[in-house]
Amino acid sequence: MIEALSIWVAAGLTLAIMSFLYGDNPVYKFAEHLYVGYSAGYWLIYTWHFTIKLMVIQPIAEKQPGAVWLVIPLFFGALMLTRWFPRIAWISRWSIAFTVGIGAGLTLTGAVHGYIIPQVKATILPLWTGNGLTSFNNFVIVVGVITTLIYFFFSKPHTGVLGKTSKVGILFIMVAFGASFGYTVMARISLLIGRLDFLWSSILKLVQFF
Amino acid sequence: MLKKQIPLAITFITGVIIVVTFFIPHPPFGRLQQDALTWYSVIFGFTMLLGVDSLVKFHYTKLRRREKGWWFSIVFYCGFLLSFITGVISEVRFGDAFNINSSFMYFYNTILIPLQSTMFALLAFFIASASYRAFRARNIDATFLLVTAVIVMLGRVPVGYMLWHKLPDLTSWILNVLQLGPMRGIMIGISLGTVAMSLRLILGIERTYLS
Repeated sequence: MIEALSIWVAAGLTLAIMSFLYGDNPVYKFAEHLYVGYSAGYWLIYTWHFTIKLMVIQPIAEKQPGAVWLVIPLFFGALMLTRWFPRIAWISRWSIAFTVGIGAGLTLTGAVHGYIIPQVKATILPLWTGNGLTSFNNFVIVVGVITTLIYFFFSKPHTGVLGKTSKVGILFIMVAFGASFGYTVMARISLLIGRLDFLWSSILKLVQFF
Repeated sequence: MLKKQIPLAITFITGVIIVVTFFIPHPPFGRLQQDALTWYSVIFGFTMLLGVDSLVKFHYTKLRRREKGWWFSIVFYCGFLLSFITGVISEVRFGDAFNINSSFMYFYNTILIPLQSTMFALLAFFIASASYRAFRARNIDATFLLVTAVIVMLGRVPVGYMLWHKLPDLTSWILNVLQLGPMRGIMIGISLGTVAMSLRLILGIERTYLS
């Protein structure tokens, strides 16, 4: 019985969201508000369990090494809550500044170490490998990277050789965007097929139930 | 001073410490980058509290003033209380609200999963209608975009194989070779921009986050 009820609810909510295709209507608005409300409660429980309980309470209760340093984020987190009191709300800027500092520091090292160096390293490819197809592929990749970077180089006017190279770059970029677009469309279509399949199998299950 | 200079100093000191510790892989500095990620999550937890509080207050005001569509706020509260109460009960009963047998996870699978996946699936229709309006082979650039998108879409479904048996291979080649170069170029560009922005933030040149 509970299974049949959950199928009814899930199928009903799926149809309620899909009703938006007809236009904005009360059934869609009902599902939308339920979605937002449920998500808010879900993320609150998620944050409590995975952040506060596992990252703060547990290390402190078990006296794990370095747990004393958790005072720092707790302090700045508490300062963030000063937003509730308009007269001292400006103190929350300290917490924002702290997170911005951490974010900037991590991004700076992460971008160089995790993206720029590996991507440049992976682009330094042999243009002749002995195999015609591999060599051609390597050539296409190297030309694609260089011309794309030249297209985004705005410090000089795109005239002459720079202009022609950037024209090739924009063609490569268009191909990449087209491929990404096609890939995204197919991913959404597969999600849609998944939902339609769910609706169809729900009907079959309910028919079997009754 | 308290409102401007101290936040700038906090950003500078934390940013520099995080960068410097990257180059000193020894205790106590070695772990600091990892710890910083935990600190980030903890502070994010507090901001989540602020966000949910703001949302709850917004719907409370809408209800109190009987604004247009006020009864949808009751639906919001029902959803919120359902997930929150089942979450608390499951946390007490199982010690973990995310236990597969908990009522919290039951409602998660019955309510949130269908709503979320249908919301994303709905985008298929909007992408299709937007592309119908936007996709015009007006010039050579747009033609490249259009042709590539069509090849990739057809190459990933059985009908593409039926049309031309090499179409899936061509799609794989486009995704793995032709797309790789420009995507890598874009990634390098974005990363360089990120580095520049991080430096601006640490050095206090970029201050918009304080306004």
